[in-house]
Amino acid sequence: MIETVVAARRESTVLKLMSRYSILLILIGLCAIIAILSGGLFLRINNLLNVLRQISVIGIIALGVTMCIVTAGIDLSSGSIVAVVSVGVASLLQASDALDRLFPGGHPWPVVPVLLIGLLVGTFTGFLNGAMIAWLRIPPFIATLGMMTFARGWAFIYSDGRPRGSLVDAFQAIGQGNVLGIPNPAIILLLCVALTYLILQHTLWGRYTYALGSNLQAAVVSGIKINRYLIMVYTYAGFLAAVAAIVLTARIGSGQPGLGLGYELDAIAASVIGGTSLAGGLGSAGGTLIGALIIGVMKNGLDILNVSADFQQVARAIIIVVAVTIDVRKNVKRS
Amino acid sequence: MSDNPDPVNGRDSYILEMAGIHKSFPGVHALNGVSLSVRPGTVHGVMGENGAGKSTLMKIAIGLYRPDSGTIRLRGRPVSFVSVNDALTQGISMIHQEMSPLPYMTVAQNIFLGREIMNRLRLIDHAAIDREAAAILADLKINLKPRQVMGDLSVAQMQLVEIAEAVSRKADLIIMDEPTSALTEREVGHLFDIIRDLKERGVAVIYITHKMDEVFAITDEVSVYRDGELVGHEDTPSLTREKLIRMMVGRTIDQFYQKEDVRFGEPILEVEGLTRQGYFRDISFSVRAGEILGVAGLIGAGRTEVMESMFGVTPHQAGTVKIRGRAVKIDSPTDAIRHGMAFLTEDRKRSGLYLYLSVRDNIVMPSLRNNLNALFLRHRALRRLCDSAVGQLRIKTPSLDQLVMYLSGGNQQKVLVSRWLATVPSLLILDEPTRGIDVGTKSEIYKIMSGLAREGKAIILISSEMPEILAMSDRIMVMHEGRKIGELSRSEATQEKILHMATGESLGTFQEVHYY
Repeated sequence: MIETVVAARRESTVLKLMSRYSILLILIGLCAIIAILSGGLFLRINNLLNVLRQISVIGIIALGVTMCIVTAGIDLSSGSIVAVVSVGVASLLQASDALDRLFPGGHPWPVVPVLLIGLLVGTFTGFLNGAMIAWLRIPPFIATLGMMTFARGWAFIYSDGRPRGSLVDAFQAIGQGNVLGIPNPAIILLLCVALTYLILQHTLWGRYTYALGSNLQAAVVSGIKINRYLIMVYTYAGFLAAVAAIVLTARIGSGQPGLGLGYELDAIAASVIGGTSLAGGLGSAGGTLIGALIIGVMKNGLDILNVSADFQQVARAIIIVVAVTIDVRKNVKRS
Repeated sequence: MSDNPDPVNGRDSYILEMAGIHKSFPGVHALNGVSLSVRPGTVHGVMGENGAGKSTLMKIAIGLYRPDSGTIRLRGRPVSFVSVNDALTQGISMIHQEMSPLPYMTVAQNIFLGREIMNRLRLIDHAAIDREAAAILADLKINLKPRQVMGDLSVAQMQLVEIAEAVSRKADLIIMDEPTSALTEREVGHLFDIIRDLKERGVAVIYITHKMDEVFAITDEVSVYRDGELVGHEDTPSLTREKLIRMMVGRTIDQFYQKEDVRFGEPILEVEGLTRQGYFRDISFSVRAGEILGVAGLIGAGRTEVMESMFGVTPHQAGTVKIRGRAVKIDSPTDAIRHGMAFLTEDRKRSGLYLYLSVRDNIVMPSLRNNLNALFLRHRALRRLCDSAVGQLRIKTPSLDQLVMYLSGGNQQKVLVSRWLATVPSLLILDEPTRGIDVGTKSEIYKIMSGLAREGKAIILISSEMPEILAMSDRIMVMHEGRKIGELSRSEATQEKILHMATGESLGTFQEVHYY
């Protein structure tokens, strides 16, 4: 009996590793195919960094969305939070332009408080999501759907529907600059991945997030203050959406109320491709990064190959279905 | 066993004969030449620990798995089912332990799901479905209306609907997998009436259960399985409890309940006048260190509700709780855990396990708070905690990273026990700790309980199994309809006294009954 068990375990080690990292293998396979088709163009350092920069906004949002989904919830409002923070930050920067004219010299210091305010707005919006879900017991889908519509509307009202451009260089550097050749957005994304990983794996909050999503009743009996941690999760998602908004606004150099339209769906896709279960209790920061990379590599590859945008949509749909199918298979096999 | 001359028409003919069944899964030889022979119009008990191969055998019988080798004969003719539907159409139905009715559909629609009656226009004929369902329900003396919505029914009623479905399919072999695990005593009685009625009609029933009492109450013969083999087959009248246990675990009954005498220490918990409106009223009791307090009562007596309130899961309006003589205020499970309480809840899947999480996560969840280094978790300390728990309770799992959903029921229960032991409680509330787990693990749980009492922990044991509560409790508190009826010491407690009290008669009236 014992011998058979040992044998079975040994034989499945390779399979286990393969299934555990199946999403990573898909990513590597995808890169290989595109590298060959593009005649190596894809693998140039500049292009790879480009991919990282392209996925940074969706990737940052997806990390927060992943945590919401792990609690067996969802966040549909992230795209709209991007818009609100974008127009908010841009208009404040223009106001601080006026400050600069009063105190000439072009010091970058007014940018910092504006960033803080922007982050605060997104974080507070996320908190409102969490409060509706935890305290008012509104299902996450409905609560964040409401917030999505509300925030988008508010972004248009606040900005009169007009974009606000010509932002200070110091701000634009956040999205356009680089450190040692690595684009700032990519660095910010990786920092957010590290932060989310740390939260999920090494803090009470993170482990409780999994517990909530796996069995709410059991979480209550385990002495977990479920409302507090639910609210923290949605608040964090709002915070990350604000980070994404700042990166995006800085990159395009203007705040726009139409920004981030549909980003919540891309974020959910990245999260699910990365192995997050919509049923809750399953998901990780690393997986979500890989999920975002798969979408990004795909898009970048098709761009290099001059595939039309319309066809890219179709291709993206296929990759999502294929990736998730393989991942679901993996889970079935384990049972 | 099956050496009768005329297998088709003889008096001893079998409806289902499975012989020499082998079935292997990667790494496991689940069935090793197993047989099972069921006569029409009888109830055939199937017993065995979890992992004995019962479920695999049943899944083969209903066409869900195909055997590696062996023969299956149905009414004397060899068959090999290619699907569940195949078995269904040939008259084999199974009432599953975890039912999956469609809650928003009616009783009638559930009964005829997948076999809807059509009218001439090929549209569903709702009136005909209702009519047919009503006839079947009336025939089985099941007091339900075809138009009742499934989701409004109790578990027992849903089960009856499933039986009605089986009968409507003209099944002559119905497999019931632990059908009473969620039923009250009265509902069990009703179920047994219906099973007897089915017998009269010549229907054979395969009855899978862990409960001894039920084997003797309802079965005609019993097959016992262990480690993928048939270890015994007996007619029920010639069987005794001892013999049955010995067959199942290879151990005697004295070794089964491992209760030790322990000297009690100071009172750990004192509850005074606890009241939750609409659930229970004026409940007072105490438990001392080293003592096991049994809490008996029928389902719905409010036993679990008292414990939930005490643990802060639900509120209470009046009453005091003292821990080691000091009054404490418990508003949430967090408070309760901080005061050294632990609560093993009765429904493992609903309020216990994190099914999608690993064994490790399941064990450490309530202990995380005590293993923090500033903001961060001390993973090494937590790993040590798990390793010692898995070793101490002999939890069988390939690794700590295994998802808890893939463990057997008994091992899942051990995971939950170790979860609470890891919080180092001084009071453990165990609500039906052995429900739905195999006999071997049951015995281990009893041993663990005795060991904990010896260490000076106070234990509250809620149990609906009479032999268990009698064997393990030092003192028994009996509840009825939200009230405490009385307490019995270990020496004065008997099954009859407990039942009397549990049905609402105080000990006083009980004694008067005897005088008279």
